[in-house]
Amino acid sequence: MLLAIDTSAGTSVAVVDLTHGVLAERGVPDTMRHAEVIGRLIQECLTEAAIPVSALSGVVGGMGPGPFTGLRVGIAAARVFALGIDRPLVPVVSHDAIAYGAYRTGHTGPLLVVTDARRREVYWSAYSGADAQHLPVRIGDPTLAKPAELLEADFVHAGLPRLDAATISAGDLGMVAELAFAAGHSFAPDEALYLRSPDVTVSKNGPKRVS
Amino acid sequence: MLGIETSCDETGIGIVRGTTLLSNTIASSMDEHARYGGVVPEVAARAHLEEMVPAIHAAVAEAGIRLDEIDAIAVTSGPGLAGALMVGVGAAKSLAVALDVPIYAVNHLVGHVGADLLRGEGVDTDAPLEYPTIALLVSGGHTSLLLVRDLVSDVELLGETIDDAAGEAFDKVARLLGLPYPGGPQIDRVAATGDPTAIRFPRGLSHQKDVAKHRYDFSFSGLKTSVARWVEQKRDAGETVPINDVAASFREAVVDVLLTKAVAACTDFGVPRLLLGGGVIANARLRQVAQERTDAAGIALRIPPLSLCTDNGAMIAALGAQLIMAGHAPSSLDFGADSTLPVDLIQA
Ligand SMILES: [Zn+2]
Repeated sequence: MLLAIDTSAGTSVAVVDLTHGVLAERGVPDTMRHAEVIGRLIQECLTEAAIPVSALSGVVGGMGPGPFTGLRVGIAAARVFALGIDRPLVPVVSHDAIAYGAYRTGHTGPLLVVTDARRREVYWSAYSGADAQHLPVRIGDPTLAKPAELLEADFVHAGLPRLDAATISAGDLGMVAELAFAAGHSFAPDEALYLRSPDVTVSKNGPKRVS
Repeated sequence: MLGIETSCDETGIGIVRGTTLLSNTIASSMDEHARYGGVVPEVAARAHLEEMVPAIHAAVAEAGIRLDEIDAIAVTSGPGLAGALMVGVGAAKSLAVALDVPIYAVNHLVGHVGADLLRGEGVDTDAPLEYPTIALLVSGGHTSLLLVRDLVSDVELLGETIDDAAGEAFDKVARLLGLPYPGGPQIDRVAATGDPTAIRFPRGLSHQKDVAKHRYDFSFSGLKTSVARWVEQKRDAGETVPINDVAASFREAVVDVLLTKAVAACTDFGVPRLLLGGGVIANARLRQVAQERTDAAGIALRIPPLSLCTDNGAMIAALGAQLIMAGHAPSSLDFGADSTLPVDLIQA
């Protein structure tokens, strides 16, 4: 049984299990209130699933890509919860949860997942399809782009069916982790996928004159 | 009680038992800010995320306990940098649910006062903190003057900076003089051989006309500009800038205005006690002048050990422990990170 947390878009928390599926899931789509809602959502999911934390075998963290401020809240919460219950953290790329959701509900074949990166940019990930375990097969790493670049004829995945997602389901995120673990796949690196440098400009000319 | 502090560039995890300090782990991202000449909020927030788990590990190990022996969590809810605070708040709530313990969301500034209660290795006083006390809290993120009648129930903001924090002014003037970040220790170093009376830099908000409205407020942006203008004029005239004198005179102006206002507050409110806190307290000249002025005015001066003056998690845990001992209920799980949390909200 796994606790799954994702804050790469809104805030989503779930408790999942390989055999029983999603036991509890709570979400708040608001992209500005991650720190406010995260504790309550975790608590409610555990209560609804009616399990003690000792029943969890790990904590799934959605590593993004996501606009930075909110993304960190969920990763911090997932890492610290895992530390608190002395179980491993299971990092999962958040886009994989979106693709898994699409395949689970009937989509087949290639897929382009797109999410908002703010500042007039988007994150995208391309998938070739789902494997025998129903897991999405991602082609390469998530990427940051201008929306127009995805519409150009020479875009490497031009013409792929496109899915624009505004929310990410921690239930799907958790199931990706359960299925990947059962299939013996390796997990994503434990690092936040900001895909952007901190925007800082260093003045090369020293301090500005005041007189 | 485990305390989590992430309001600026230090990831602080502290563990206390009542007023006994068990561990105080601080991971600073200061080095990463050096090339920018000041704290970059996004850089600080990223560092908090990476330091959080290692810092909790280290604090628990240093305290010689197991994480599941923690009875309660305290966390800085504000004031501070929003993105940085959010990492600590998210982590603290998650840990509280994981360990099934209560959580106390506390005020960073009041935490600085709470630091004075801690006793343990390296803390050489047994005299209890007495109330009321005036508290002067000076760092790169804040410059505030508080009247503390009771730590857990009655703290009043008398004044604060209306522009830069004092620590920020040190950083900016250091940069102006070609000295590296952080500016405080650098200014202190070169000022040691400078003449503090060489240049009379302005004391912000100290004129009669300002005092009516801003008696206990601070302003350092005019001082910074004044130093910049003085240095530019020297350079334009082809003269060498006497860096030591500029640094010493600038530092004197900052120290003078901080302590003039702090001592005035003690006098005005009839409170013969002054407590210092915040990272700028590391400044040797500030501590020296504070001692002289409070001695002259018959005011008892308290300065916690430097490791408890800079931002840290132990002071947050100390305040949380006081709230519990005073019978305050835990915070609800729904509080947020409040970058402008007012000081009279001791617990969010
Ligand atoms: Zn501080």
